[in-house]
Amino acid sequence: MKRLLSAALAATMLTTPSWAGEVKIGFVTTLTTGGAVIGNDQKKAVDLALEHIGHKMGGLDVNLIYADDGFKPDIGKQATDKLVKQDNVTFVAGYIWSHVLLASRKSALDAGKFLISANAGPSPIAGKLCNKNFFSTSWQNDQTPMAMGEVLNQKGVKSLYIIAPNYAAGKNMVAGVERTFKGKILGKDMTKWPTQLDFSSELAKAKASGAEALFIFFPGKAGGAFIKQYQQAGLKDVLPLYTVFTVDALSLPKLQKAGFSDILGSQFTQEWDPSLDNAQNKRFVHDFKAKYGSYPSFYAAQAYDSIFLIKSAVDAVHGDLTNMDGMRAAMKAANFPSVRGKFTYGNNHFPIQNFYLRQVVKDGDGNWTTKVVKTVYTANQDPYHAQCALK
Amino acid sequence: MDYTLLFIQTLNGVQLGLLLFLVASGLTLVFGILDFVNLAHGSIYMIGAFVCASLTYWSGNFLIAVVLSLPVMAVLGYLIERVIARRLYARDHLDHVLGTFGLILVMDTSAHLIWGPEGIAVPLPDWLNGQVTLFADVVVPSFRLLIIATGLTIAAGLFWLVNYTRLGMLIRAGASNRTMVAALGIDIKTLFSLVFALGAVLAGLAGMLVAPITEASISMGGEIIITAFVVIIVGGIGSMKGAFIAALMIGLIDTLGRSFLGDIFQLFMSQDAAETSAPAISAMLIYIIMAAVLAVRPQGLFPPKVR
Amino acid sequence: MGRLGKAGWVTLIVMLALLILPPVLLWSGNEFYLLLATRLVILAIAAVSLNLILGYGGMVSFGHAAFIGIGAYAMGIPVYHEFYGGLPGVASTNGFFQLALAVGLSALFALITGAISLRTKGVYFLMITMAFGQMVFFLFQSLSEYGGDDGLVIEQRSELPLVSFDNPLSLYLTSYAVLVAVMLLVWLIVNSRFGMVLRGAKGNDQRLITLGYNTYLYRLTAYVIAGVIAGVAGFLMANFASFISPDMMGWSRSGELMFMVILGGAASVIGPVLGAAAFVVIQEVLSSWTVYWHLPFGIMLILIVLYGRGGVMGIISGRGSAHRRPDE
Repeated sequence: MKRLLSAALAATMLTTPSWAGEVKIGFVTTLTTGGAVIGNDQKKAVDLALEHIGHKMGGLDVNLIYADDGFKPDIGKQATDKLVKQDNVTFVAGYIWSHVLLASRKSALDAGKFLISANAGPSPIAGKLCNKNFFSTSWQNDQTPMAMGEVLNQKGVKSLYIIAPNYAAGKNMVAGVERTFKGKILGKDMTKWPTQLDFSSELAKAKASGAEALFIFFPGKAGGAFIKQYQQAGLKDVLPLYTVFTVDALSLPKLQKAGFSDILGSQFTQEWDPSLDNAQNKRFVHDFKAKYGSYPSFYAAQAYDSIFLIKSAVDAVHGDLTNMDGMRAAMKAANFPSVRGKFTYGNNHFPIQNFYLRQVVKDGDGNWTTKVVKTVYTANQDPYHAQCALK
Repeated sequence: MDYTLLFIQTLNGVQLGLLLFLVASGLTLVFGILDFVNLAHGSIYMIGAFVCASLTYWSGNFLIAVVLSLPVMAVLGYLIERVIARRLYARDHLDHVLGTFGLILVMDTSAHLIWGPEGIAVPLPDWLNGQVTLFADVVVPSFRLLIIATGLTIAAGLFWLVNYTRLGMLIRAGASNRTMVAALGIDIKTLFSLVFALGAVLAGLAGMLVAPITEASISMGGEIIITAFVVIIVGGIGSMKGAFIAALMIGLIDTLGRSFLGDIFQLFMSQDAAETSAPAISAMLIYIIMAAVLAVRPQGLFPPKVR
Repeated sequence: MGRLGKAGWVTLIVMLALLILPPVLLWSGNEFYLLLATRLVILAIAAVSLNLILGYGGMVSFGHAAFIGIGAYAMGIPVYHEFYGGLPGVASTNGFFQLALAVGLSALFALITGAISLRTKGVYFLMITMAFGQMVFFLFQSLSEYGGDDGLVIEQRSELPLVSFDNPLSLYLTSYAVLVAVMLLVWLIVNSRFGMVLRGAKGNDQRLITLGYNTYLYRLTAYVIAGVIAGVAGFLMANFASFISPDMMGWSRSGELMFMVILGGAASVIGPVLGAAAFVVIQEVLSSWTVYWHLPFGIMLILIVLYGRGGVMGIISGRGSAHRRPDE
């Protein structure tokens, strides 16, 4: 038994030796459990990005290593440790979940690596825990619901009912919409996360409250479940639905297949949309659809951007990976073609960017997708940047 | 007091309770009669949802798919019993736990490989997709009523099966004294296989009924199994009556707690404090109930008489 | 095999390997495997403590990870207040203070929940301990001050004289020393008169009660000792990860500890260490081959249960039927 173990241990230690002609990038995402839907979409986008840049950055070959976080902070930390210590990567990117990012943060940054979040944006990382080697290609949690609160004001909505899961991101989303929404909040339900998928009780309360509109945040499969029950309860005309991070390119094909048409026309806010008019986005969306047969999700878009951000850094120093300062300055300039269009970085290295109102529509082929209705915020910066000590 | 809301929430609680009963009844049968701890019961529930979802798209109708899926679940249960469970009956509960945990990993990962991680949304026929007005303001989704009706029918059927049929008599006798039943010339092995298959069918049916509300997803087994165990422990292991009452109790308390705890807390604390503590307490509620019940009645509410 | 016996030799070899191998790994430039070994050793401490009640006392606890969580938050919360203010009485980066807090709180929690849980037996005990574990889980999940579900980043590791936990090797060797001490303690306990009563009560409770022993108190004492040791493991885990979150104490984590004990072979001191090692190493090896490693891992577990009775220790010592059900 012991011999077997040591043989196995020896086998895993056969890591590929690092050589001067390559840049190593670790990408930590979720490849097992139900969260793998998102992880796989990010992986597709990263693969496509590598294809688009010909697997080259600053004259170096790209060696990209995927790692699974299993949707658990300690597994994510262990995966990051391995990338940093064993594989000796220069960049660690990915991170869908706030708790995985928070757990892995120290492992990457203490080792002097660049840490790039392609999704998670918890407030500590934007504020007190900001770091010169951390960059985000997504957003800070509060921004998207703040944009939604603004939309509700513009629509003249006077009263709102809120349903969101009872965990950190859920609370951030609620706080975000409460920060900007000027009307009255008639009720609020925080549901058990992630196991509660039956919302009959909350929907009944929301309806009984007499609110004009319903705001929800349910990422992943809970979002699909909520929308089905919303339709089954027949609330479309009574209680219009406004969402953040609930409807995406991952849930729409499933909802379409099962005929949940009440979602058509529903609106939500985001920093990106497949219909945004810039060359990089057109190429990304077109090639993604051609290669994988579906629209990319915003997770995919942010993952795609993360590779181009890294490329801009490696290009700027012409492949000299010891020049951390040069790479950092290049990334800080946000001088790369982003699928969301031009943006700048704040002092905390979170994007200062536009937020759009998106609407679910049918495309020319009859597939359900989204289009931009209007721009809600231009060059919006997160509310936590003042707590960050970086200049 | 909003009585319409209270009525609707009670109905929601009953519906949740009956779904829990479907999962718990299979678990309590296998646990009570075979004395076998089956952690993989939740995964059988998950497989039921996926099989039914696939068959819904294949046949074009949810109800046909349910009818076709039930025998599939029986076969699955039978196979698990023959290949794994049967060899473990004579062992310690700890071996059951480890073995069926292995089974969970195998079944969940297989589902991931077969159906993908994204889950499947299950469409309903139009007549089940609408709402029914019971009276005045009370409008409920018609599918929820179907769940309630199915749950009650199955409960009545199980009650009849266990108490008034020859099979039920053998089941009860086999649970009290295996050797005696075998000595009477009864094929106890086949009897146990039947019980296990029945448990799988009940779990699978629950999965099929949940799928149109949420979806078939690879993590749904892990989400239900703990609650199902809570139900059978509170009810008393092996007691069908206990499982029924405990399932309804937990369904109602959970739903009503989620719905009204915040308002109740606001009576004696600030709005902010109520907003933070109510969701936390309602998430803990079923565990608090279980701990309280066991503290007072260490064998659950309805412990089986002779073991 | 001499006077040491098979189990003794296994213990000696495994513990020597755990002492020598990780520093060698570090010097050969494989720092990651030192970190892996640290996680392994800390989990082994918790598994050994669980085995005291599970393997020797017959108390199958399904809420043991709660103690790890309590120990970890007892380390993390003082550091949080030291850096961000509030609760000046608790704010501290002193390792001894944090450790005392971890020990005190886990003992208190074990005493209260144990007193209630031990009224029940068998599967009922398993479920009621799980219920208490889940309550702690949801409690910490609702504490948004400490990050709630997102968890809490620990700004500074515990300060102790002589050792610096920022040095991975010191942290490893400290954890190793704690593991050795805990194994020794458990060995002394189970071979004492106290341990005889505990083991006797597992086999035949009624007989010992008739003999005049208050087995409830014996069990409760063992439960508190096991809880405290797991709390210490939590203190070390928080130092190791520099991060704490409610995820450390969910029921699935308690389940994993239980599997380590059963996998390694309950009712031997080294068994849980082997179980933890098998769990961590197999997971690492399989997951580096395929992301679908749960499938072969599950098949392995089933085969071990079907054919290798008594876990890894059962296979090594060639016992055929360690898990035969005791007759009631």
